[in-house]
Amino acid sequence: MMQKTFDFFIPYNRFMNEQGKLEQALPEWSRDQERLIEAYETMVLIRNFDQKVVALQRTGKMGTYPSILGQEAIGVAVGQTMRKDDVLIPYYRDLPAQYLRGVRLVETLLYWGGDERGSQYQHCPEDFPNCVPISTQMCHAAGVATAFKIRGEKRAAVVTCGDGATSKGDFLESLNVAGVWQLPMVIVVNNNQWAISTPRKVQSAGQTIAQKAIGAGIEGIQVDGNDYFAISDAVQHALEKAHAGKGATLIEAISYRLGDHTTADDATRYRSKEDLKAGWEKEPIQRLRHYLLSQNLWSESQEKELQNKSTKIIETAVSDYLNTPPEPPESMFDHLFADMPAPLIEQRIDVKSLAGPGGTQQGSH
Amino acid sequence: MNIAAKSDTADASVVSHKITMVEAVNLALARAMQEDENVVVLGEDVGVNGGVFRATVNLREEFGLKRVMDTPLAETLIAGMAIGMAAQGIRPVAEIQFMGFIYATMEQIVSHASRMRNRTRGRLSCPMVLRAPFGGGIHAPEHHSESTETLFAHIPGLRVVIPSSPRRAYGLLLAAIRNDDPVVFLEPKRIYRASSQDVTDDGQALPLDTCFTLREGTDITLVSWGAMIQETLQAADQLLEQDISAEVIDVASISPLDMATIRTSVAKTGRCCIVHEAARTHGVGAEIAAELSESSLFDLKAPVSRVTGYDTVMPYYRNEMHYMPTVERICEAATILMEEGL
Ligand SMILES: Cc1ncc(C[n+]2csc(CCOP(=O)(O)OP(=O)(O)O)c2C)c(N)n1
Ligand SMILES: [Mg+2]
Repeated sequence: MMQKTFDFFIPYNRFMNEQGKLEQALPEWSRDQERLIEAYETMVLIRNFDQKVVALQRTGKMGTYPSILGQEAIGVAVGQTMRKDDVLIPYYRDLPAQYLRGVRLVETLLYWGGDERGSQYQHCPEDFPNCVPISTQMCHAAGVATAFKIRGEKRAAVVTCGDGATSKGDFLESLNVAGVWQLPMVIVVNNNQWAISTPRKVQSAGQTIAQKAIGAGIEGIQVDGNDYFAISDAVQHALEKAHAGKGATLIEAISYRLGDHTTADDATRYRSKEDLKAGWEKEPIQRLRHYLLSQNLWSESQEKELQNKSTKIIETAVSDYLNTPPEPPESMFDHLFADMPAPLIEQRIDVKSLAGPGGTQQGSH
Repeated sequence: MNIAAKSDTADASVVSHKITMVEAVNLALARAMQEDENVVVLGEDVGVNGGVFRATVNLREEFGLKRVMDTPLAETLIAGMAIGMAAQGIRPVAEIQFMGFIYATMEQIVSHASRMRNRTRGRLSCPMVLRAPFGGGIHAPEHHSESTETLFAHIPGLRVVIPSSPRRAYGLLLAAIRNDDPVVFLEPKRIYRASSQDVTDDGQALPLDTCFTLREGTDITLVSWGAMIQETLQAADQLLEQDISAEVIDVASISPLDMATIRTSVAKTGRCCIVHEAARTHGVGAEIAAELSESSLFDLKAPVSRVTGYDTVMPYYRNEMHYMPTVERICEAATILMEEGL
């Protein structure tokens, strides 16, 4: 007779609905009012900043840029919840997490503005830079987590990716080893429903992305990634587990990409107005504001102050960026090896002499 | 595809249209799909979106879901599936969105696509094309600007083809699709839309493993391919003003390499400068120079020289122009050869 050998279910969690109304009692940590205010303020700042970067691109002052519009809650949850000594291995839509961990806005601008110094983070020496080749960073996270394990450190590797990234071998290979070796790893999938023009359902026939964890023997949970409380709670749970040596967790955060894939994309080619409209109704900032207002933790005057403060912070970052002269051309040689091999020394001289004295000024934003 | 429709296209083909290189790619794909129902297209965002560069635009509408497949995001899968399909008699044309994301396909290409015929002594083969846009100069983000054709040129059993104009894109892509072996077809995206050319949709393929002599000259042979053909032709113009007559050869098929055409040219001019955007060391230019030193030493009046990218990671876009070979660098190298020569 056929017997059941294993059964699984994937939990879905959210605390707050689209209108900011609670559906269940909030977790203990949410009594920390400062944390909630910081989360809200960061989401607003980052959204304004993000839209400014898009505007810079439109006026020729920025390279191709992937907006994070509508996915701010995920990054804020990751950035707030991680300990300073954890390591973030991001993909390229993690601006709020990176900002909270100390990546400066000017560094973000430099990176997308075609300047390598944008990854030379001044304040988070161990975090990985943005990762453009999809899903490759998953394996790095397994390596970082293994390093912690080798040294017996109670630290966690937090890695992010998109829904499209879950189709690659790198993703599954990393989950697999995380399970076998009980790695202190937190995997956060930003399921924004799209991989450029490819909708979520074209990536996998699986009902959830979270269930990919089951095949690897790790915990998989799905949350409303636009509910700040749900995503924060999930990341916090996963981090506590990792720090306690209890293995990895895959968190599928359901969100929606409200912008184009990047500034080089035009989503109207493949996405209906209705789809986008439905996405806007679920976005994360409005509902947290509603909640905070309802609890008297926030006011219209605070909102005004926040907008002014954000504008100043953004203006400073943008002007720092625009006033950063390009690196001298010969810098392309200076960080290839610990010790520059002889053949490169000659080529370096060549670049320098060709660029001439004005050479360093040529690289425009 | 029914016969009536086929002859309709044949009639329309008499007309030629001014089109860009990316449109020529699209035209060749459509042509190949009309002619042979085994030709299919697969890749990321190639269907509904028509490709991020629009190279596959309208193909899904014209040929349907079964023949224009949006795949999950997985390059190893795309290349490996193409091998499986090809062994089954399908002719897959797989798009890798950017060359920077082609490396995951390496195992499939090196260990399988390029050697299936040899391993099975001809029982199975891989008539497949892997298309990818490549090269710098379009202010793209990290990993979107490299030229790493030499990695593929070193793989026995694999063809590597690079067009440099709309017409050659059309003819070479048709040839690549009709060819019975795997072809990596690299499209220089900097010139995807740089200029238009009259292209006749007559289904005429151009030969693979043949160089194209774009301009005849008597003093020096300039050898290049891909987007750098633009700079090389401009350099030839400038050199003419100094009374230096440059022959310009577009290698087009990086592998197998047609050395006969290059050798014949060098026998005439006695000087050779190779121009490529890819890093210098172990680049395709090194192979051409080595071949010339083996076969043409006594024809040469000056050493073979190279104008190339540096042995560095391609700088992000603010400094990428300092990496790219320029018309000035080509002219300077050519002038030195003229002065140094015997
Ligand atoms: C290996 C690889 N293949 C293709 C690309 C081109 N590309 C960039 S983003 C993207 C879609 C990614 O979708 P998803 O993982 O869902 O992340 P999202 O951008 O939606 O946040 C693709 C195909 C890439 N960067 N890397
Ligand atoms: Mg996505």
